[in-house]
Amino acid sequence: MTWGWPALAALFVGSYALKATGLVALANRHLPTRVEELLGLLPAALFGALIVVSTFGDGQSLVLDARAAGLAAAAFAVWRRAGFVVVVLAAAVATATVRAIG
Amino acid sequence: MATSGQPAPREVRRASVALGVAVGVFGISFGVVATGTGLSVPMACAMSLLVFTGATQFAVIGVLAAGGSALAAIGSGLLLGARHIAYGLSLNRRMPPSICKRLLAAQFLIDESTAMATAQDDPAHAESAFWWAGLSVFVCWNLGTLVGALFGDALGDPGALGLDAVFPAAFLALLAPLLRRPDGRAAAIAGAVIGLALVPFAPAGVPIVAAAAGVVAGLFFAGPDTPPPPPEELV
Repeated sequence: MTWGWPALAALFVGSYALKATGLVALANRHLPTRVEELLGLLPAALFGALIVVSTFGDGQSLVLDARAAGLAAAAFAVWRRAGFVVVVLAAAVATATVRAIG
Repeated sequence: MATSGQPAPREVRRASVALGVAVGVFGISFGVVATGTGLSVPMACAMSLLVFTGATQFAVIGVLAAGGSALAAIGSGLLLGARHIAYGLSLNRRMPPSICKRLLAAQFLIDESTAMATAQDDPAHAESAFWWAGLSVFVCWNLGTLVGALFGDALGDPGALGLDAVFPAAFLALLAPLLRRPDGRAAAIAGAVIGLALVPFAPAGVPIVAAAAGVVAGLFFAGPDTPPPPPEELV
């Protein structure tokens, strides 16, 4: 099977189904408090992983490169309670600087 | 976001536009890479409009560029998209109950919109934050794809500007309110450890989904008599 419009249609249907499943599955359900607590913590666990994997991951290996400097700068800015734009700019500048030097 | 507990809508709008701009640059590089792999301009643009998930789209192009079949490309793309099930579940209380609205929102359910909605304390703000981030990124990602597909590799490498570091930084900033709570911090650290530990062994996408189990660590902090939930409930 080569890539074409049917393949794109399949990818679209699959991607949309993944996105809709979680949003629709629990709509209008009243859930036990414990389950609500669990769902409230889900973003912390997922984004905690996304942050470190997109900083230190390179395919199937873990690397320490200029992106780590960006995350360190961002962490410092968040700790200092800087606004969103300052946090992302600090990360971009730190990473670009380390890359330019290295 | 990080400045107070209850972010002003203006801060949300500004953050959404900033995220959109960064995503737009990656949309350009997606358009460049997609057409460079042999996809037509309409195909590249349709993929960004319909699939609208950067990680999935880059994975699909990567498999095709490496000579993989369409089936293999779809498989690894969907594996990367599996985390959206957990995103949808986590937004359950923050989105309107109407099924129709949720089916529409599903198209705009991405990392950025989920994180922006999560960062809001007020559920009313959460929904508008979701739409601001989702639509801003949607417009920029698709414009970027079109520009990149049409004009090719004239814009250089987003990495040189440090733009790849924008995304982890943005998610960290949006996660800050949760990180200031002991249970949120525990869940985030556990999720990060699970994610990193699985990177060398699991296919791309799996580490993030598996990190959902990190919520168990958070519940441990909520109370000493809280039993850990079965992992099947998490995803």
